[in-house]
Order: sequence, then C-alpha cells, then structure tokens
Amino acid sequence: MSTVTARPAPPSQDKRWKLVEATIRRHGFQSHSLIECLHTVQESFGYLDEQALRYVASALRVPLSEVFGVATFYHFFTLKPKGEHTCVVCMGTACYIKGAPALLTAVEEKYGVKPGETTADGKLSVLTARCIGSCGLAPAVVLDGDVIGKTGTEDFVNRIEKKVRG
Amino acid sequence: MNHERLLEIATAEKEAQAPFTQTINVCVAAGCLSSGSDKVKEALEKEVAAQGKKECCKVRGVGCMGLCAQGPLVEVKVKDKPQSVMYQNVTAEDAGEVVASVGTEKPVERLVCPTDVPFFTRQKKIVLENSGVIDPDRIEEYVLYDGYTGLLKVLTTMQRSEVIDCITRSGLRGRGGGGFPTGLKWATVAKGRGDRKYVICNADEGDPGAFMDRSVLESDPHRVLEGMAIAGYAVGAQQGYIYCRAEYPLAVKRLKTAIKQAEKNGLLGNNIFGTTFSFSIDIRLGAGAFVCGEETALIHSIQGQRGQPRPRPPFPAERGLWDKPTLINNVETFANVPPIIRNGAEWYAGIGTDKSKGTKVFALAGRIRNTGLIEVPMGITLREIVYDIGGGIPDDRKFKAVQTGGPSGGCIPEQYLDMQVDYDSLMKVGSIMGSGGMIIMDETSCMVDVAKFFMEFCKSESCGKCIPCRVGTSQMYDLLCRITDGRATLEDLVMLEEMCDLLKNTSLCGLGMTAPNPILTTLRYFRNEYTAHIEQKKCLAGVCSNKGALEEVAK
Repeated sequence: MSTVTARPAPPSQDKRWKLVEATIRRHGFQSHSLIECLHTVQESFGYLDEQALRYVASALRVPLSEVFGVATFYHFFTLKPKGEHTCVVCMGTACYIKGAPALLTAVEEKYGVKPGETTADGKLSVLTARCIGSCGLAPAVVLDGDVIGKTGTEDFVNRIEKKVRG
Repeated sequence: MNHERLLEIATAEKEAQAPFTQTINVCVAAGCLSSGSDKVKEALEKEVAAQGKKECCKVRGVGCMGLCAQGPLVEVKVKDKPQSVMYQNVTAEDAGEVVASVGTEKPVERLVCPTDVPFFTRQKKIVLENSGVIDPDRIEEYVLYDGYTGLLKVLTTMQRSEVIDCITRSGLRGRGGGGFPTGLKWATVAKGRGDRKYVICNADEGDPGAFMDRSVLESDPHRVLEGMAIAGYAVGAQQGYIYCRAEYPLAVKRLKTAIKQAEKNGLLGNNIFGTTFSFSIDIRLGAGAFVCGEETALIHSIQGQRGQPRPRPPFPAERGLWDKPTLINNVETFANVPPIIRNGAEWYAGIGTDKSKGTKVFALAGRIRNTGLIEVPMGITLREIVYDIGGGIPDDRKFKAVQTGGPSGGCIPEQYLDMQVDYDSLMKVGSIMGSGGMIIMDETSCMVDVAKFFMEFCKSESCGKCIPCRVGTSQMYDLLCRITDGRATLEDLVMLEEMCDLLKNTSLCGLGMTAPNPILTTLRYFRNEYTAHIEQKKCLAGVCSNKGALEEVAK
C-alpha cells in the first residue's frame, strides 16, 4: 500500500555515523532496535544530541517524542557532552556504608560541581553510579574508565588533580 | 557437532594442556582486574619467558576466585601435587619471585593466601564450579569440564517433558529473588500456544551491592548459554535473549565471544547436535534502569521501549515478548541447569533444605573482613556466613545487621543470626533472598540512614507509571529526611508506617510493592533508632547531622 520512502542520510559526513548506520542496518531498520542504536550513538559520540535523536527517529520510523522518552528514561544515556575527564563515584550499598558520600562531598567542594555536572572549563565531569559491581573493593570510583578501589578522600582528590592539571 | 566431536575437543584440549606441568592462574574477573590483575598477568608471562620456563609453565587468565578484597589473586598449580598455592595482593613487581618459586618447595611466604580457612572450605560450588578454574574466553576448556554434555543429553536422550520433569524434581527455584519454582515456570511456557516462543536470561543486575551474575557471566559464560539452550529445548523456543547491563562491558564482551564460539562449533544455531532443534541467542543491552529487572518492564526494554511494567496477568509465560510465550529466568538459575541435567534431579534435591534446594551464590560486602563472592548450600546459618566464611567484622566492631535483597529486602538483626538461610525463613523475618547481595553493617551504620538510602534509590528508580510508587516513594523519602534531619514528630512516624502499607498493597509492580521493606524491617528491629532521632534529636550511630534540630535550638 504505502510506497517505500528512502532511508534518511546521516546528518553529516562524520565517519562515526557509519557505525550507527551499521547498527541500524544489522537490525533491519526495526523499531525495536532503538535502544541498541542509541547505545551505538553514545559509544561513538559520547552523548546523544538532538541531531542524533532526530536521525535515529527517522531511520527507525519511531516518533521523535518516543525516542526522546526512551533516551531520558534510561540513566545510562546522557544528552549532554561529558568533560575531558570523568570521575564516577559508586553509590552502591557497600560503597555507601564504607564512605562514598564523603568522597562525593570532597569532589563537590573542590570543584564546585554536583553529580551530573561538568566544570565550567570542561575539564571534569562528576557522575554517580548505582553500583559498579566492585563491592569487594568498596568504596570504589571510576576515573577515566579505570576502577580504583578502597580509596580515601585525599587519595581520590589527588588522583583527580593529577588528571585535571597534568 | 555430535558426541564424538565434543569428545575430540575435550581430548585435544587435554593433550594441549598436558606438556605444562605447572600452571599459574591469574584472576581476570572484574574485581581483580580493577586491582590491576591484567598487568600482573602480563608481568608473569614475561617472567616465565625470561626464566626459560615457557615449555613447562603456562600462565592463564581465569574467572573469579572469590576473595575479591585481597585481589589480584594468583593460583599456582603443579602437576601431581594435590595442594595448589594461592597468592593475594600480587603486584607486577612480585612476578619474578612468584615464577621462580613455582615447582620448588618454598612458596613466596609474604604473598600466600591460606586456603584451608572456612572462606574456602565451607563453600559448596555448583554454579561457580568452573569459576577460577577455566579460561572464560575459551570454549575448549568449558568442554573439557563436561561443558555442553548436558545439552547433548537432553537433545539425544530426553523428551521435552522429561527435561521439565527433571528440573521440577530437582526443586530448583528462581534465583533472581522471588523463588518461583523453575520447573513450574518452564511447564507453563511449554504449554503456551503458538509456534514462536522466547527464552530470556535476566542479567540486569541492578541491585546495588550485588555482583553474582556479573561474576558468573565473566567467569563461565558458556554455562549460561548451555542452560538457556536446554531451557529453549524444554519449552519449545527457537530464540533466546540475554538482557545484560551496559554497565558490565567485560561481561558483555565475554558473552559475545562465547556466543560466537558456540555458533562456530554448532552448539548454537540450526540443527544442534544433528537434531531438529535450532536455537540462537542474542544480547540486548540494558541502559541503567533498575525497574527493568521486573519481567514485563524488561520485555518492553527488549522491544526498544521505555522499561515500564504492565499489570499481570497475562504473565509473560503466556504473553511475553512480542505477545509470545516467554520464559524469563535469572543468570544463576540458568547456570544451575547444566549440572542438574548432568548429575540428575535427585543429586540436586539432596542439597539444601526441605523447600529450598541447592546452593546460593552471595556477594558478601560491607563491614566484613572477607568481602567477595561465595557459594553456600541453602540452609547454612547467617552466623556461619558472617563469622566463619566472612571472617567477622573488622576493627573489633560490633555486628549490627545484615541486609539482603537490596532495595526490595530488609535488614536482619543479630537475634536472627542463627536462622537458616532459605527463601521462606528470610521472608518470615521481613526480608527476601533477593538476587544474593549481602551487605554487613556494624555499629557505625545508622539504620534510618540506610532506610533513607534505599528509599532514595527507589524514588529515583521508580518508572513513574503508577501513582503509589511515583508519589509514595518521594513522600516517604521526604519523611525519612525529616527524621534524619531532626525535624520530625511522632506523627510523621505514623504517617511513614501508613505509607508503607499503602505502597505494599497498591503498587503496580514489585519495585513499588517491596520498596517499603527496608523501612518496615528497620522499624521492626531498630525502632529505638527512629525514636532517638525524633525525640532526642540524636543519631545513635553518629551518622546523621540532625542539623534541623540544631537550627531550631539556635533560634
């Protein structure tokens, strides 16, 4: 009945869109691959911007409102670009009772940012995690992808300083 | 693939391993990796080459050995010697010394981790039998340890109904927390109408303080695939999905490798073992929503939608993924299936208590000496877990409570330490078995603060679909804040209790229904702490600031 319309082209020539296109194609343009596609976008670009949401929506033929709904429903997806460095403080139960709140306060005070925010110079993003599963090493933090276990406030801030300053 | 081919793989692997009289196993599961075990492994490999032991000594990466707190862990095994040596807190600098000591009578004393202690001797390993033994990236090693023989057995010698009957008789119950009889669930899906059915493995371990499923997936991924394929055969499904957290990249990577290897060897895909049974498995990534552990929310998420639950019935066993009959089990449940098939239902039913059979994996964490992963038979007492296996509370502090079941569970006080751990006893004291997180708290933890912590969790993880949960968790969190802030009155406590009752009875899904559990159990066993905050404006553990009360005094 309906005529087959052409699939939309990626928003730009950026090579990273090829990865996104590949994911969309692998799932046969099915609407149920929305979350998988958003994962690929975030993996490739670091976050989901409006342009990406619009592209994915039209490629999968899902209403933009629904794409936005899914992107904001799940904590893993972020609509803001991250800073140069990221530190994630695990707030799981084991980390919580072993001093994670103190770690977070120390970082908040030192850099003047709250969880989910990035410093004004774009150097550091501070995030919290529900549980990174390294409970045996509580309190644990993730600094630029490396898990650091059994840390203390001083050690933690020093490590961040090294990243940000150096 | 057939039986002969499976044996061939096992024999070839045995022969390949035979020249190596010495093996050095390095734990490469997430816990030890984050303490730098990859660098230790690299250093050990270099040292083996440098010391000219390449012909006889092999360095392998293996799964979780359990004692995560002392990682990186390294185990040295020498052929014809029954006792292996385990090392703890190994660094790359220690590699030379460790390699030099292999095969001599003198281990590196300062690194030795004693293995004749209760932490190791009191465990019973079924799910974790291969963890820390095999290389999770190699299907050959899994096959060498009887891998896929369970699948072979069901496909070549058993009827579908016989498989379900075997699981039913084994007494296996869902390890995700609810404890629903697995055999009954399988039978319901098997009876479901339609030619298309699905099997889903719930690996969305969102419960904070729990890392059992992660360890199983990282240490022995093929076991889960085999369990799913057996389930697929039993219920008549052709397609399986593993719904795994995106926060577990290593587990996802190992699963992907495992699926590829299984497909290549004809253990997944079309006409497995030359039979008419075809089964494939795909991975779907979660995206950080605790509510997706709920069956119907998980299904929505796999369908690419928001993870919001819907009323049940119809249950997923009748109408699940794309409205087709769907079997959903937890990682640990599937991991139990291959050994049950191999060893028989009676063997499994012989372990554990009357109503809770088999073993349970727990992630032991918090204020306890031996944090890590343990597997114990059902019916063991909490005291044995905390004091024998866990080694007790560090710094001579006093035990206060053990929290099981995460945000859906409760805090169990000292008076129940001698209680047997099984589904029903835990339920009786107001907690639940849960997926297996076990957090130990000592006197430095304020129980009101703990309840607040979990309520904050539920508040932010509530999907927002039903009002009791969306508004209720928020209000209860505010009430708890008032209490810890020293601004609450006794009426607030009454209100809190009423809200607990309301959420329990009117929420749409398990998240809301069980959200009050942490409050209910702490109110039941530690009411004095609540009243101390309210009446004396005092936190008995010295955690809460009570700053609201101080401000009032200042006025």
